[in-house]
Amino acid sequence: MSKLHIPVDAHDHAQGPADAPVTLVEYGDYECPYCGEAYPMLKAVQAALGDQLRFVFRNFPITELHPHALRAAQFAEAAAEAGQFWAAHDLIYEHQDALSEADLFGYGRQLKLDPVALKSAFEGRLDARIQRDFLGGVRSGVNGTPSLFINGTRYDGPRDADSLIALLSDLAVRA
Amino acid sequence: MTDTYPRVALPPGTAAAPFRLPSTPDQYISLDDLRGRPAILAFYPADWSPVCGDQMALYNQILPEFQRAGAQLVGISVDGVWCHAAFAEQRHLHFPLLADFEPKGEVARRYGVYRETEGICERALFVLDAQGVVRWSQVSPIDINPGADGILDALEALANDSPPTGDPA
Repeated sequence: MSKLHIPVDAHDHAQGPADAPVTLVEYGDYECPYCGEAYPMLKAVQAALGDQLRFVFRNFPITELHPHALRAAQFAEAAAEAGQFWAAHDLIYEHQDALSEADLFGYGRQLKLDPVALKSAFEGRLDARIQRDFLGGVRSGVNGTPSLFINGTRYDGPRDADSLIALLSDLAVRA
Repeated sequence: MTDTYPRVALPPGTAAAPFRLPSTPDQYISLDDLRGRPAILAFYPADWSPVCGDQMALYNQILPEFQRAGAQLVGISVDGVWCHAAFAEQRHLHFPLLADFEPKGEVARRYGVYRETEGICERALFVLDAQGVVRWSQVSPIDINPGADGILDALEALANDSPPTGDPA
């Protein structure tokens, strides 16, 4: 069973209480259509679990397949510096068909991000963070995107919202 | 003839079975070509599996990590060279795909990872050392992409096992 190589910590982008009984980690690629499909489902899972769930997003851009994936990750990391990671994350997944640099600068204006900071992110200023997520994912057995880890173990089962909610609720009760 | 094939995937410590397979319409890669450095043989069921970041696309993205470990990667399936060529081009793959096409699945059989019923390779990984000895192998459920953690752990163990030349230890 593949296990999370790097434990979730304060550097992670997380929603939900740090002491929630269930932690769900997604390794995702912002341009991946399957991650796009998973996005509303994971929102539903979060809504259903409430405080019982901590949700963490880590970068896993497959740039050879998705030419805009790295730019989008750079955008989200730049937004994170301004405390706007999740707003950026959501904007991107809601506009997966419009991820050019111009589009991203547009979303940056929407989130009132500093365009200079954003530009330097596009030049690679935050790439070490993205690469660290990627390599940690590789060592953890990420096997495509999205890859989900539930309480530290890779989950290869059904990913529809109902199955996930049933499984995670059960784990939360037993925790 | 079939009784000479192993029933299960070649385990660690066995010599890798020799092969010579086409990687393009006019080029071949053999086990001998891979000697001298660790090698990863990734048998997989078929080109064009319908998921993003499928196993070969994932390994392609991780290629720099395999190279950092000094290892060479080849993918092997029963698809023909033209199919491999189109697949590699579409997914921008930067490593060779070998066609175990004629006689179909012969190399997979020699490694104990051929599925007679479906006529395809198992999803099987082998890490070979520089001398062509299997040091790690794993067969995954056919529909589960194993990722690369097992390969990287095996390469790391291999590096720790082989002290640099000249080290008296």
